[in-house]
Amino acid sequence: MAEGENEVRWDGLCSRDSTTRETALENIRQTILRKTEYLRSVKETPHRTSDRLSNTESSDGLNKLLAHLLMLSKRCPFKDVREKSEFILKSIQELGIRIPRPLGQGPSRFIPEKEILQVGSEDAQMHALFADSFAALGRLDNITLVMVFHPQYLESFLKTQHYLLQMDGPLPLHYRHYIGIMAAARHQCSYLVNLHVNDFLHVGGDPKWLNGLENAPQKLQNLGELNKVLAHRPWLITKEHIEGLLKAEEHSWSLAELVHAVVLLTHYHSLASFTFGCGISPEIHCDGGHTFRPPSVSNYCICDITNGNHTVDEMQVNSTENVSVSDSFFEVEALMEKMRQLQECRDEEEASQEEMASRFEIEKRESMFVFSSDDEEVTPARDVSRHFEDPSYGYKDFSRHGMHVPTFRVQDYCWEDHGYSLVNRLYPDVGQLIDEKFHIAYNLTYNTMAMHKDVDTSMLRRAIWNYIHCMFGIRYDDYDYGEINQLLDRSFKVYIKTVVCTPEKVTKRMYDSFWRQFKHSEKVHVNLLLIEARMQAELLYALRAITRYMT
Amino acid sequence: MEKMSRVTTALGGGVLTGRTMHCHLDAPANAISVCRDAAQVVVAGRSIFKIYAIEEEQFVEKLNLRVGRKPSLNLSCADVVWHQMDENLLATAATNGVVVTWNLGRPSRNKQDQLFTEHKRTVNKVCFHPTEAHVLLSGSQDGFMKCFDLRRKDSVSTFSGQSESVRDVQFSIRDYFTFASTFENGNVQLWDIRRPDRCERMFTAHNGPVFCCDWHPEDRGWLATGGRDKMVKVWDMTTHRAKEMHCVQTIASVARVKWRPECRHHLATCSMMVDHNIYVWDVRRPFVPAAMFEEHRDVTTGIAWRHPHDPSFLLSGSKDSSLCQHLFRDASQPVERANPEGLCYGLFGDLAFAAKESLVAAESGRKPYTGDRRHPIFFKRKLDPAEPFAGLASSALSVFETEPGGGAMRWFVDTAERYALAGRPLAELCDHNAKVARELGRDQVAQTWTMLRTIYCSPGLLPTANLSHSMGKGGSCGLQLMNSFNLKDMAPGLGSETRLDRSKGDARSDTVLLDSSATLITNEDNEETEGSDVPADYLLGDVEGEDDELYLLDPEHTHPEEPECVLPQEAFPLRHEIVDTPPGPEHLQDKADSPHVSGSEADVASLAPVDSSFSLLSVSHALYDSRLPPDFFSMLVRDMLHFYAEQGDVQMAVSVLIVLGERVRKDIDEQTQEHWYTSYIDLLQRFRLWNVSNEVVKLSTSRAVSCLNQASTTLHVNCSHCKRPMSSRGWVCDRCHRCASMCAVCHHVVKGLFVWCQGCSHGGHLQHIMKWLEGSSHCPAGCGHLCEYS
Repeated sequence: MAEGENEVRWDGLCSRDSTTRETALENIRQTILRKTEYLRSVKETPHRTSDRLSNTESSDGLNKLLAHLLMLSKRCPFKDVREKSEFILKSIQELGIRIPRPLGQGPSRFIPEKEILQVGSEDAQMHALFADSFAALGRLDNITLVMVFHPQYLESFLKTQHYLLQMDGPLPLHYRHYIGIMAAARHQCSYLVNLHVNDFLHVGGDPKWLNGLENAPQKLQNLGELNKVLAHRPWLITKEHIEGLLKAEEHSWSLAELVHAVVLLTHYHSLASFTFGCGISPEIHCDGGHTFRPPSVSNYCICDITNGNHTVDEMQVNSTENVSVSDSFFEVEALMEKMRQLQECRDEEEASQEEMASRFEIEKRESMFVFSSDDEEVTPARDVSRHFEDPSYGYKDFSRHGMHVPTFRVQDYCWEDHGYSLVNRLYPDVGQLIDEKFHIAYNLTYNTMAMHKDVDTSMLRRAIWNYIHCMFGIRYDDYDYGEINQLLDRSFKVYIKTVVCTPEKVTKRMYDSFWRQFKHSEKVHVNLLLIEARMQAELLYALRAITRYMT
Repeated sequence: MEKMSRVTTALGGGVLTGRTMHCHLDAPANAISVCRDAAQVVVAGRSIFKIYAIEEEQFVEKLNLRVGRKPSLNLSCADVVWHQMDENLLATAATNGVVVTWNLGRPSRNKQDQLFTEHKRTVNKVCFHPTEAHVLLSGSQDGFMKCFDLRRKDSVSTFSGQSESVRDVQFSIRDYFTFASTFENGNVQLWDIRRPDRCERMFTAHNGPVFCCDWHPEDRGWLATGGRDKMVKVWDMTTHRAKEMHCVQTIASVARVKWRPECRHHLATCSMMVDHNIYVWDVRRPFVPAAMFEEHRDVTTGIAWRHPHDPSFLLSGSKDSSLCQHLFRDASQPVERANPEGLCYGLFGDLAFAAKESLVAAESGRKPYTGDRRHPIFFKRKLDPAEPFAGLASSALSVFETEPGGGAMRWFVDTAERYALAGRPLAELCDHNAKVARELGRDQVAQTWTMLRTIYCSPGLLPTANLSHSMGKGGSCGLQLMNSFNLKDMAPGLGSETRLDRSKGDARSDTVLLDSSATLITNEDNEETEGSDVPADYLLGDVEGEDDELYLLDPEHTHPEEPECVLPQEAFPLRHEIVDTPPGPEHLQDKADSPHVSGSEADVASLAPVDSSFSLLSVSHALYDSRLPPDFFSMLVRDMLHFYAEQGDVQMAVSVLIVLGERVRKDIDEQTQEHWYTSYIDLLQRFRLWNVSNEVVKLSTSRAVSCLNQASTTLHVNCSHCKRPMSSRGWVCDRCHRCASMCAVCHHVVKGLFVWCQGCSHGGHLQHIMKWLEGSSHCPAGCGHLCEYS
């Protein structure tokens, strides 16, 4: 059976022209029918061993196609493609072939599917975003579907990601995806790893590299150390790390390449945080996103179990019962009240300098110990650990041993003045894009809080942002860290801490137990703040090291 | 606040003295400011706040203002300023948002005077009023500017910039009530100190944060701003709208800008990141800094001119924990290293070049550059007496015009347009191209094409057939054959006969000698050849030794039959006149050999007569032909291509390359091919032969070339109704939900080629419009416009 002839080309579907899409779909339909025919004919003839081998192979291939079709039928922004894919699946089913069905409950395990925008019911602006995203990647991933709660941010996010992965840049395309894999694997984020393994192969990457970092070129292996430190203890990055990468004989990185790599690493570290923080489900067409089994057999999603999450039923119980409505109502009221107080008595009560300084230290120290009590050991869901070295290296060791995080003063090195200039110099245009993204994330507000309208949330947003930076030892001279304690309660801190530092340990319980009265869109908003603040913190440390190397 | 005893005596009108020097600080500096007596400087940073006396030979620490056991954030300074009226008064901006004033006259160790804690965020800048003793202005990250009266405990007025953060505030030196503030979002605002409710004027000065601004000390209303976008702009605020007067592009984001005293157009800048040098620019010459100070090892954070009326002393503080005094005469002047020469060709053969005036003067005295048909135009920069570096980098610009029509490249355009490069059998292509070349009077080229045809297309022909063919037609076919053989074997013969010692044998001489058989003298006035003082070489190749191995053709044989004739010249008929001369092999002109011939001049050597009488001769040689495989000629063809390319006729080289395709490609190395392709494409594009250039790109086999038309293929369209870009589809606007491009003829949406009249902007499908305009000259939309389709 000639592979080339049966190779399915999906790219025609990304076209904005409906006739092109139609022909592409028709081709796909015919290929699938051919494959099906072939499989049936093989089944009827008596089996030989060699045949059986190729048989399983080709049925695997067919299943992949069907899974992809399933994804299209649910997630393609173009209505015609959705309908036609569904039609093809139906007709295949009629031929007696088992077709897949989606597993899980929509794009996120934490957010009920009905809360999330359905593909097909988006407004024009969102549709344009979806179409752009689909055209660029050939899919509409779950991250996009969750982020679309905040279309303004999503636009900037997609633009940046598209530029980083597909536009002009010093690194070759497959390197970019591989770096994405490395970064995501650091947090055992199998979702992102799977996604980028596909992309990596699609742009012509060598499948051998995927067997582990030691199979990748030395140059990428060298990056492993930076990846590790950046992900878990960015404050330890020194100019020696940078020098080691830039001066490695024939494996050395150029400054521009390094900045590109650093931006990619930080982007994917924080995206991993988002993935776990919002409980993003596996893509429909990836492993764990669909099943060929009939519905009654299983209620479990592999990833749920391995991530320490619970079954669907349990989760639903969790989210609805234990908290009474009035409790959580008071939570919001109390928070509002505190904000009001802080706003008013700011000028009256002057804390002394010493106290201000110690408040930061206290907050920083405490942030080390903020951890959820249920700290079961997590085994990586998939064999993602092979993409990085030294799996034991993590944030946890350090906090348990009470190591000291040195203080980084934003007034001496900040993104707007220094980081931006450096990035834009070495990797033009990206500084601008990231700067925009930070701005949008930091300033995004709808002036609502749970059921209240017209609230100035800037104080709360600043507290969250600065709390995250505080965990990384980044200090704002002009901020009173006492505010953090007033505004962020313990369960919220646990959530923030976990998402930012050890995202793989986020559970549905954590997600549900903070800000119980708040809407899901607001929780996603919090996640956006978290990931951008984290990205900026990592970038600041990495870029400062590069600057120090350069001077 | 009463003035107390002076810390040091001012240099009462005396001359400043000093040298370039620096001193080590204990910590990185964030800002510096000079006392008005020009003898002291204050340095402030996160963990440093000291006053240094500037002495003749060194800096001497006078006072440490950072007292107290526990360092407070109030002392972590983002900015510092020394009052220009009162020597005892200083103000600092702290990173925690506190504004502190200091009174050096206090008897105690702690000189701290007042504390203003009104700002919520870091204060980026403080500024004293230039003439008023008690007015202090601050700008903070929280977006507010506050004006303090030092006699009161809190601010007098608050100005809201309605934006995130204020990066700089500066009182105007000339206008008592005015101050300027710059913002992180790129805006600059002008305020009246008496009107805190709204700003007087606001404009966007930079893309991204504006880090600094400075009022001109003398010119009223001139404001210099520096931003993250690496630009320094000078604005004239006296006009109705702020007008950008000058713009200097630096290499890194601009952190500080300071006008140089007594030099109207000079300003000093230092950068925020990456670049550690301090530059002094003449805003009228925005490309090369007038002076450069390279002492610092880390970014410079503060600069100040030592005295408001002395242009030669500059002080600077840096992140590398050092304080420097720079002397202007010690500055390095990049302009000295600049290369003031430049050369450029115009589209129509005009040549412009700039060189140091001294050189030009000497040169033009020595040799008349200008032929009678070329007119140099001289432009000379007016010398500005205020410009100290005028002499250093000024250069004269000369422009040489070719006489209208004289250098016409009509032949190039015609050839490019009419050549057929693909899509037909090789023989036809060659014939066609030969015909084209001949019609354009380029006989050598025509001949080459015919030869190529013979070499590559008729290996199967019998010698006899070939013979009869060439005989019968008296045709060029046979002739070319012969010539292609001739070139090698004739050379030794000729060489031996005439022994011209000036000949320079090189690879090209083969081809040149091809024409030697014609023995035509083409004599031209040599002065034309780029003003070279080398007389044209009359060459006879003493060709490489290997040549004699080839077929023998007795040169004697040919000569008697040489006719006299005048041949049209191909490239520059006006410039190279061909004169009849008696036959004789000894006067072969070879311009190609002259190293002074510039390639782009496309001076194709005057060559190649076409002469039918030759065909008689060819008979004997045609016999050799068919026994040889085409491969045999590949070296020859390769040399021929190189010859054309070096002559400047890269068109020929590329055309042959494309037409012959695989037959020759392997013989020429990739890089050369690529070079030819790019040169030819470049030429085509200069002549706006877009279609031809695209065809060439398409037909090229070189990867680097063929990807040229794969890049930037996106076409951005704006909606014709709302004028905003249409992002998703090219024909429907997302915002106003209208189809933007309707065909005026069929009233359907145009999704492909859209053609429209530039007069009335109506249009539609290409075919429809073409058809319509065949029948009518009015616009199909009925607007009454007389559309033209060309």
